[in-house]
Formats: sequence, structure tokens, C-alpha cells
Amino acid sequence: MAKLTMEALTRSIGVFHAACSPCNNCDIEILDVLTPRYDVERFGITLVGSIRHADAMLVTGIPNMKTAEKIKYIYEQMPKPGVVIAVGTCACGGNMFRHSYNFVKPLDEIIPVNMYIPACPPNPEAIIMGVVKLIKALRG
Amino acid sequence: MIDFLFFPGLLFSSVCGMLASFIDRKLTARIQWRKGPPLLQPLYDLVKLFGKETIIPAQASKALFLLLPLISVSAVALFAILNGVIVKSSVAPFSGDLFVAIYLMIVPAVCLILAAGISGNPLAIVGASREMKLVLSYELPFILALLVAVIKSHGEIVITGIMSYQAYTAPFLFSLSGALAFLAAIICLVAKLGLVPFDAAEAEQEIIAGVLVEYSGFSLAMFKLSKMMMLFVYPMFLIKLFWHNACGSVIGDVMVFALKYFVVLLIIVLIRNTNPRLRIDQSVKFFWTYVFGISLLAVIFAFIGL
Repeated sequence: MAKLTMEALTRSIGVFHAACSPCNNCDIEILDVLTPRYDVERFGITLVGSIRHADAMLVTGIPNMKTAEKIKYIYEQMPKPGVVIAVGTCACGGNMFRHSYNFVKPLDEIIPVNMYIPACPPNPEAIIMGVVKLIKALRG
Repeated sequence: MIDFLFFPGLLFSSVCGMLASFIDRKLTARIQWRKGPPLLQPLYDLVKLFGKETIIPAQASKALFLLLPLISVSAVALFAILNGVIVKSSVAPFSGDLFVAIYLMIVPAVCLILAAGISGNPLAIVGASREMKLVLSYELPFILALLVAVIKSHGEIVITGIMSYQAYTAPFLFSLSGALAFLAAIICLVAKLGLVPFDAAEAEQEIIAGVLVEYSGFSLAMFKLSKMMMLFVYPMFLIKLFWHNACGSVIGDVMVFALKYFVVLLIIVLIRNTNPRLRIDQSVKFFWTYVFGISLLAVIFAFIGL
């Protein structure tokens, strides 16, 4: 049963876009991925509005004093099994904001992160490649 | 019981519904000039949701929250039995089964409204109020449009009776009043299915997922399944009431029916892909003026005998 669920899960991923105080650059690239040009629906990936329908969280930006607890709260609301993908260098490790006064701690110390897609911002092909690598790793 | 679970009921209509949902998504993808999902995509979506955790909000009434999706699915399955297989009815037809069918068509919408109401989420409640307004606006023109079929078959209120009347004479679609009523009924059907011009209740960009915002896992899968089944059984119902002609052999009937169903589905998909979402007040106005006008005209024409 768990194997079947994982098989279906990797073929039908509801993506929730969790903006954790980003500069909006990664968000624009994520929106590009969802346009007809890149057509991620052929892998079964769809954008969902509610975290309750999500299987993957795309987190962008740095966790600061206001958003750090919110992102943890959102992660807890996601029905499991679910994965977290850190998009952009900020979400992967803080980028140039890591010494900033309101930077709390890196994202992967707040919630478990399954996939890192670094770059500032990653282009749509890089995001798709990251997701496909994650799908392959999940299928085993 | 076998009728309910397998052949015209749950299993058959969900398989056909998944196929219809696939066709809908694929056509949408092709219209947007992209490749689109694989054939088994609706099945993957459902199996995935079966394996996921179901979260019940703290404010919600637990039993009702879990029961409503099941009621929604069983209402659609019951509707599928009543509607019968493609050519004949599987339960013995009884006087007034048309009215039972009309009532069963409202049940999924009522389930959605109640589910949103008890989930305790403010966005869901906004969605529920919109869904309620939508039900109030499309129900009247829809019933008037169905009335045309009753008038034209000289007061027949049994679905199979209407069908056999058309088989003796001609399908109602090929008369003026029948065509107008069919048009009005298809527009109401788009709203009943919650598709794009009338999807203010689930408007993803404004109120997240509207009525379904708190649902996850198995319960969400049941709501999705009932949507898919509706996409198959509701157009089937309309085809039987307005566009039925028997051609004798069973295989021929099934082929003709599939072709008709595809045409209706194509119309629905095209409406959905070429129109922006209407605000809820615009939808209500649209249904109470234009669609109501069309179906009233159809009823008057039907009385005159056009």
C-alpha cells in the first residue's frame, strides 16, 4: 500500500507555493514553470491553492522573524506524506541575507527539506530538473 | 445492490467519469497548445489522495465532515442507476422518476455547501455562500428547460417514457423549443459541474479552493470522484431527455451515444476554455435574465408546438 501510494504520489504532485519572504524573483520563475510553455501537467504536477491539497511545498526566500514560525505552521498543516523543496539560494542557505539582523536560521533547521534547487533565481529548466530528480529518488 | 456498486452505478460511472475528466484535461491542454496529462492521470490523482492523511479541523463536526463526501458520491451513483445504462433503465421505471433525478442532482451541491459550512474556514464559508447563490440562480432555468421535454412528450414524467416518445417521433433537439431548452440546460450544466465561467465558488486565485479548502485525503478524493462522475452522468441525462434516438442494435446505440456524449463534452470544454470567470453577481444576473429568458421562451414554444 505504501509503495502504491508513493507510485501514485510521484505521478500526481499537488504543488503549494509557500513564499517565505522572498524577493519575488524565484516566485516569478516558479510561475514560469507552470505556464503552457513548460507544461508540468504532463508529469501530473498541478498548482494547488490550499495546503490541505498539497503534496509538495515549494519554499522560496529566507525564514525571518515573522515568517519562520509561519512556515513551520504551514508545514504541519500539510497532509503527510509530503515533501519540501527549497527553491533558490535564499531558501537553501540564506544567500546574502545570512548575516542580516532578522535572519532566524536556515530553512532546513526549521522543517525537513527533501530537495535543494540553488541559484538566484533558478531558471524553469533547473526547477523541473530538481523535481524530476526528487521524483526518481522517491521512487527508489 | 450490484446495480449500485458496479454496472451503471459507482464503478462504471467512476471509470467513465475518469475517462471524461481525462478528455476534458487533455482537450484543455491542446487548446492551450501543450501536451497535457497521461491517460491514467485522474486515477493517479485519486489513488494518491486515498493514501494521504485526512486532517479534520478542530472546529468541524467530525462525523458530518467525513460523511458528506460519501453522501455526495452515493447521490451521484444513485442518479446513475436511475438514469440507467445507455439505452435502457436498470431499475424498473416508476412514475415521476424525473423529479427524483432532479432532486438527486442538487444533492452534491448541498453536500458541498454543508461541508464548507461546517469546516469552519472563513474562505470556505465565502465559497459556500457563492455556491448557494449559484444553486439558486441555475436551478430555475434548468427545471424550466427540463419541463420542455415533459411538455413535448405530452406530460410524460418517466425518463424511459420520454425516451421512447422520442424514439417514435424525432429527438426534441431538432425542434426550435427543444434546441433552445438544450442550450439553456447545457449552460446550467456547466454551472452545476462548477466549471470555469461559473466557478466563483472555487475561485482559486481569490478564495484559495473555496468550499474544499479544508478537505484532504480520502474525503477530498470522494468529492473529486463525485465531480468526475457528474461530468459523465449529467450530460448523459440531458442527451436522454433531448437527443435520444434508438437505432436498434445495442452496439450501434452505444456508439451513437458515445458520439453524442463527446459532442456535448466538447461544447462544455470549449465554453470552459474560452470564457473568463464571472463574478458571482454577474453569474446570478446572467442566469436570471438570459438563461431564464431562453428557457421561458422554449417553454412557450413547446406549448405552441414548435
